[in-house]
Amino acid sequence: MYPKEFEKSIKKVEATREERMKGLPERMNAKEREEILQKWHPDYKPEAKRKLKIGPSKGSIVPNEVADLIEAYPVANPDEIDASKPDYSVDVLIIGGGGAGTTAALHAYYNGIKKDKILIVTKLRHGDANTIMAQGGIQAADKENDSPVIHYLDVIGGGHYANKPELVERLVMDAPRIIKWHEELGIMYDKKEDGEMVTIHGGGTSRRRMHSAKDYTGMEIMRVIRDEVRNIGIPVMEFTSAIDLLTDGNKVTGALLYNMETDEYMVVRAKATILATGGFGRLHIQGFPTTNHYGATFDGPVMAYRVGAVLRDMDSVQYHPTGVAYPEQIVGLLVTEKVRGLGGQPVNAEGEQFVHPLEARDVEAAALIRECYGRNKGVVTPTGMRGIWLDSPLIEMIHGEGTIERRLGAMFRMFKRFGIDMRQEPILVFPTLHYQNGGIEINAESQVLSKNGAIPGLFAAGEVSGGVHGKNRLMGNSLLDTQVFGRIAGMAAAKYAKKSKYGKTTLQHVKKYVEELKKAKIKEERHAPILLPDYREKKVLSREIDIL
Amino acid sequence: MMKMVRIYIMGKEYKVPEGLTIMKAMEYAGYRFIRGAGCRAGFCGACATVYRKEGDYKLYTDLACQTTVEDGMYLVQLPFAPANKAVYDIKKIKPDDKTLVNFYPEIARCVSCNTCTKACPQELEVMDYIQSALRGDVKKTAELSFDCIQCGLCALRCPAEIAHYHVAQLARRLYGRYFMPRALHLEKRLKELEKGKFDKEMERIKKMKLEDLKKMYNSRDIEPEESGETRESD
Repeated sequence: MYPKEFEKSIKKVEATREERMKGLPERMNAKEREEILQKWHPDYKPEAKRKLKIGPSKGSIVPNEVADLIEAYPVANPDEIDASKPDYSVDVLIIGGGGAGTTAALHAYYNGIKKDKILIVTKLRHGDANTIMAQGGIQAADKENDSPVIHYLDVIGGGHYANKPELVERLVMDAPRIIKWHEELGIMYDKKEDGEMVTIHGGGTSRRRMHSAKDYTGMEIMRVIRDEVRNIGIPVMEFTSAIDLLTDGNKVTGALLYNMETDEYMVVRAKATILATGGFGRLHIQGFPTTNHYGATFDGPVMAYRVGAVLRDMDSVQYHPTGVAYPEQIVGLLVTEKVRGLGGQPVNAEGEQFVHPLEARDVEAAALIRECYGRNKGVVTPTGMRGIWLDSPLIEMIHGEGTIERRLGAMFRMFKRFGIDMRQEPILVFPTLHYQNGGIEINAESQVLSKNGAIPGLFAAGEVSGGVHGKNRLMGNSLLDTQVFGRIAGMAAAKYAKKSKYGKTTLQHVKKYVEELKKAKIKEERHAPILLPDYREKKVLSREIDIL
Repeated sequence: MMKMVRIYIMGKEYKVPEGLTIMKAMEYAGYRFIRGAGCRAGFCGACATVYRKEGDYKLYTDLACQTTVEDGMYLVQLPFAPANKAVYDIKKIKPDDKTLVNFYPEIARCVSCNTCTKACPQELEVMDYIQSALRGDVKKTAELSFDCIQCGLCALRCPAEIAHYHVAQLARRLYGRYFMPRALHLEKRLKELEKGKFDKEMERIKKMKLEDLKKMYNSRDIEPEESGETRESD
């Protein structure tokens, strides 16, 4: 239910609806895009970032919240841990149970690793990850008027030409193969009666190549690949996180795990280790709410950095243009880009259009922020937040009655739970922290790179890695990233494991890192990885006594 | 001053601000979740919760991240639902109208009480899809269950001890693999990729100078937006 004070503005939106159906504002040219980003995108605020003081990417500029975790001490003192006696020995250890980790496990198995020699560890339950929340779709250039080369151009232009070409090439060239694999697994993509995939535009695409399964695309993919892991019987250890990698001084030899329910540590020895830990939404960069799941806390890069992994493109953060701005209970949650893909228009408090609905995400987000804070034409909510109308009733005017329930079932349900019918009323949105554009640098074989080349035994896939999306990811390329690079990491790790032996498991690299921290005069005030955010009320925290 | 409501977390009273979700209210009270929180957006099913209200006989089921607290709510989270899943190789199944009941014979125990449907936080027609499964209608089972988040509340409430969401998972995979027509344009593209149709062009664009690449990007033609006629099969 909307508060009474929204009524006047909603009337204005209704009054201009017919007229707005006839046309959209022009897309911005390159110069206009550059200007609006400079002035209004949160990435362009220098005071929100700082240079890293130590490590392989010393001197790189990253958000303060990221620097705080990189310049932090280990959660377990390496002098107090006996890492020499492995509790488990596996060929391939996968840290992270989302889309990338799960696909990596399957492909390690397809490539000859025995199921019992694979281990997935995950902090939450298997599948509780950003993948399951991805609504809008997955890109693949599989239609006649499209090609991987056109897809490449969209990705690299959208990423402001900062992407790593060899990674983009793999992303777009392997995309059709992934969709085919999904089809064979029985994933229910939206199809026409003759089997043709229903595909639509996403922000920044030049062809309609967004494949979807209603607006539960990620959930449908995650459910099926998880089911496949369960059918094969690959072991999954839930509520267990990695808190540091292990090395023999040269190669990565496994990980130190932490059972979050019993507080004990465990040592896993592995021939190959894959980081698939996802992104950093729960760091709430610049105080933004987030679309991300509960465990998105940047653990992977923290651990990898201590073994020498290079970070890239960490200065750019993706704010999704349309997070929920009202009601308060679900502020920050994702309103899929598919709402705009199907014809929903961003409209200000006066009922006016002000931006093309499908600019690339950073540009669209900047336009919404400008409308609210530069031009003062946002709608003010009871908690003082500002928002922009996303005129969803247009969708059914364009595509016919029933479209919203059929193709945007998740969105329809979410708003209905709070008394808002998006078929009849517009929904209120504002940019929300969505995606870690950068991350650990990898090569096209998913190997993690240090300054001196690949780190033996360490692989990474999905949001934890950087380079695929440059400085701005397009819709539908993150699900694709998890699947393409999850597969590559699984295959590469299997190949590597087959010709490798177990190494000694030590924390000597962590001890070295602690020395570096001390040398840089960083006080032991912060510890990382943090594993989970803490949302307990301040009053409770201030009175906490740790006894039991 | 914030208006406060009383909630009972596993029977113990806490005062929390009105308007919070159950999940945020528990955090306000001082709980830090390890279990019982996942995506926090209604997609993963980790925060299944049952509750009663003061003076109301009914047992309610919902997701803690999508439900607002009410004064006098007695609640407990159920972060795990024990339920056996059938093991299969999807590629080796030859589906017929007995497949679902063969893998999950307990669906024949359904007494049509509709408790599963009432328990579903997604408001799915759970009993109807179990009845479809029993009749061997894979398509209907797949379609009716499509929005299932696999929280397990149906299975925990069912007097016939059916694991509905696992039955539905199998139905959807059978439907996706064996009943939906294959995308021919996808097959075609894979053959083209195999033959290396795009390799040369890819090499060229990868090596292109930044200026030329920018020019190409800024002048690329954009396929028109979707027209109104598209209708996918239901």
